[in-house]
Amino acid sequence: MKVRARDPKEAWKEEFESGPTRDDGIETSTISGIPLKPLYTTADLPRREEEMPGSYPYTRGIHPGGYRGRLWTMRQFSGFATAEETNKRYKYLLANGQTGLSVAFDMPTLMGQDSDAPTSRGEIGHCGVAIDSLADMETLFEGIPLGEITTSMTINSPAAILLCMYIAVAEKQGVPASALGGTLQNDILKEFIAQKEFIFPPEPSMRLVVDSIEYCAKEVPKWNTISISGYHIREAGSTAAQELAFTLADGMAYVDACIERGMRIDDFASRLSFFFDAHIDFFEEIAKFRAARRIWARWMRERYGAQDERSLKLRFHTQTAGVSLTAQQPELNIARTALEALAAVLGGTQSLHTNAMDEVLALPTDKSSRLALRTQQLLAYETGVANTIDPLGGSYFVEALTDEMERQAEVYFKRIEELGGVIPAIEASFFQKEIADAAFIYQQELEQKRRLMVGVNEFTVDDEEPMEILRIDPKLEGEQVARVREVRRTRDNARCSKSLADLRKAAEGTENLMPYILESVRAYATEGEIMNTLIDVFGIYTEKAVI
Amino acid sequence: MPVETAVRPVRILVAKVGLDGHDRGVKVVARALRDAGYEVIYTGLRQTPEMVVDAALQEDAQVIGLSIHSGAHMTLFPAVVQELKRRKATDIVVFGGGIIPEDDIAALKKKGVAELFTPGTPLQDIVDWLRKRFPKGA
Repeated sequence: MKVRARDPKEAWKEEFESGPTRDDGIETSTISGIPLKPLYTTADLPRREEEMPGSYPYTRGIHPGGYRGRLWTMRQFSGFATAEETNKRYKYLLANGQTGLSVAFDMPTLMGQDSDAPTSRGEIGHCGVAIDSLADMETLFEGIPLGEITTSMTINSPAAILLCMYIAVAEKQGVPASALGGTLQNDILKEFIAQKEFIFPPEPSMRLVVDSIEYCAKEVPKWNTISISGYHIREAGSTAAQELAFTLADGMAYVDACIERGMRIDDFASRLSFFFDAHIDFFEEIAKFRAARRIWARWMRERYGAQDERSLKLRFHTQTAGVSLTAQQPELNIARTALEALAAVLGGTQSLHTNAMDEVLALPTDKSSRLALRTQQLLAYETGVANTIDPLGGSYFVEALTDEMERQAEVYFKRIEELGGVIPAIEASFFQKEIADAAFIYQQELEQKRRLMVGVNEFTVDDEEPMEILRIDPKLEGEQVARVREVRRTRDNARCSKSLADLRKAAEGTENLMPYILESVRAYATEGEIMNTLIDVFGIYTEKAVI
Repeated sequence: MPVETAVRPVRILVAKVGLDGHDRGVKVVARALRDAGYEVIYTGLRQTPEMVVDAALQEDAQVIGLSIHSGAHMTLFPAVVQELKRRKATDIVVFGGGIIPEDDIAALKKKGVAELFTPGTPLQDIVDWLRKRFPKGA
C-alpha cells in the first residue's frame, strides 16, 4: 500500500467526501447565511504580517495585556418601576459584585415625555425606570457615589437631558463633571435605522449629538459621549455583517459631523465607544468583534488621519442576544446566554451584559438577574478563558471568517456611500428594508426547520410550568404622575421658565445647547418640558411605514 | 382570471400601538399574512387606540392585529377594544402579539381580545387561526 505520497489535505478531502453526510436538512451556513467549509486549514490563513494585541490594527484586542491586565466590566442593564425601586436593585447588584451601572429607562422617558402626558398611559415603569426630572434622578442615585462608579445610560433622542441630570446629581454629591465616568448611548442614527425611538428629524438630532460630544470633550473628558450601537440593528433582524457594517458606517457619520463642526479628530475620537450584540452563532460573533476593531482602526488612520493611538482603538460593550431567547422552556436561556457571553469574551469585549432567562417574558426578577451576573463571574473566574489573550487568534477558521466579515462590511460601506451617506440611506429606507428582509428570511428558515430553535420548532414540551416573573404594580403610575406634578408645583417656576425660554432661543441659533439644557435641568424643568421646547423649534420626524 | 370566488380577501390592519418602536415582529407577521393572501395595511409606529380604530374604519378592515413589546399591553389592547365599542364597530376582530406573560393572556381574552401570539409562534399558527376565524376569506 502506498501511504506516504498522499497530500494530507487531499487525503482528508477524499475521505470526507466518501464518508456519511448528515441529511437532516439543517443549514450549515452561519446564522447570517455565510457559507462555511467543513474544514479550514493553513490554506485559509490570510497572508499578512503577524498581528499583536495592543497594536494596530488591533484585531487581537486593544490592550497588550488583554484580560490579564483587567477583566471586562460586568455591567447589567437594569431599571424598572420607580427611581426608588431601581435604586434598591442597583445597590443589590453592586453588593453582589457587579462592577458598573447601566440604566434602563421606561418608554415615556425614552420618548422624551413626562409621566402625566396622555400617551404615557400604561407605559410608566414597565420596560425601565420612570425619570421625569432631576428629582427622580437624585432618588435613582441616592447613596451611590458617582465619583467612584461608572454608569451607562441607554437613552437617545433625549440623551443630552439625561446626561445633564447625571451631571447635576453629581454636583449635588460634590463630584465635579470632570471626574465622572460612564457612557451615554446617544446614538440617534441606529434609532432611525432600527429601534425607532426618534423624535426630531435627523439634522437637529445630529446637532444634539455633536453638541454633547463637543461639550464633553471639554467639560466631562472621561465620559464616553456615544455608544454607537449595532445591538438594536441586530435585534431588529439584521445579519452579523449588516450589524457590523451599519454600525461602523454610523460611527463614521458621527465622525464626519464632528469634523464638520470644526473639531479635531484626536480631540473626540477616543471617547467614541461601541455596542454590539452577541448572538448565538458562536464563531461568527467572535469574527465580527475582531473585524470591527480592524476596520475601525484602518478607517480612523487612513481616512481621518487620526494620530493618537487611542483614536484608533474600538472599545465596545456587548449584550447577549435578546432575540435568541425563548419563552418556551425558558431555563434554556441560561445556557444560550452563557455561550453568547463566552463569544463576547473571546472576542475581547470591554464590558458585558448577560440577559436573564426570564427577559423574554418580562423584566428580570432579583433572582434571575443575579443568576445572569453569576454567569459572567463563572466565565471570568472558573473557566480559565480570561487567562490567554485572543485565544482564537491564528485559528484557520476564525481568521478566515474575520476576513470575510470585513469583506462584507466593505461592500456595504460602498453601497451606503453610493446612496449619499447614512442619512440619505435612512430616508430612502435602505437599512430598514435590508433588516426587514433579513428578519423575514430567518423566520422562513425557522418555519421550514432549516434552522432549529430548541424548544420552539423542535424538542418542544406540551406542559410548561409557569415561571415567576416581575410584576410592575399598577399603582405606581398614579404615584409617578403625582410626583412630577409635585415637582412642578414646588420648584422656582420663574427660574424654570426663564431657563426654557433661553434654551429655546439658543435652539433657534447655532450655539451648543448643553449649557442651556443643564441650566433647565438644575431648575427642575421636566424632561417633557425640555423636549417640547426643542420640538417647537426642531419639529418631529415621522418615518415612512414600509413592510 | 380567478372569478369564481366573489369573496373579497379579508382586510387586516396591523398596528404598533403605544410608544414602543420595536417593529421586527409586526413586519414579519405583516409579510407572512400578505403572502398568505390577506390584504394587509400597516399603520406604522406610535398609534393611539383612537388612531388605530380610525384607520381600521377608514380602511374597512375586518381584523386589527396589534403589536406591543413595551409591557403596556394591559392598558392599550383593551383600550382599542373599548374604542371599537364606542364607535359601534365590535364586528372588527382584534388579535395581538408581543411579550405578553401567560396570566395576561387570559385577562386580555376576557376583555375582548380574540387571540394572542407570543414569541416563538410559527407564522403558520397565525394564518391557521385566521382561516378558522374567516373560513370564507383568503
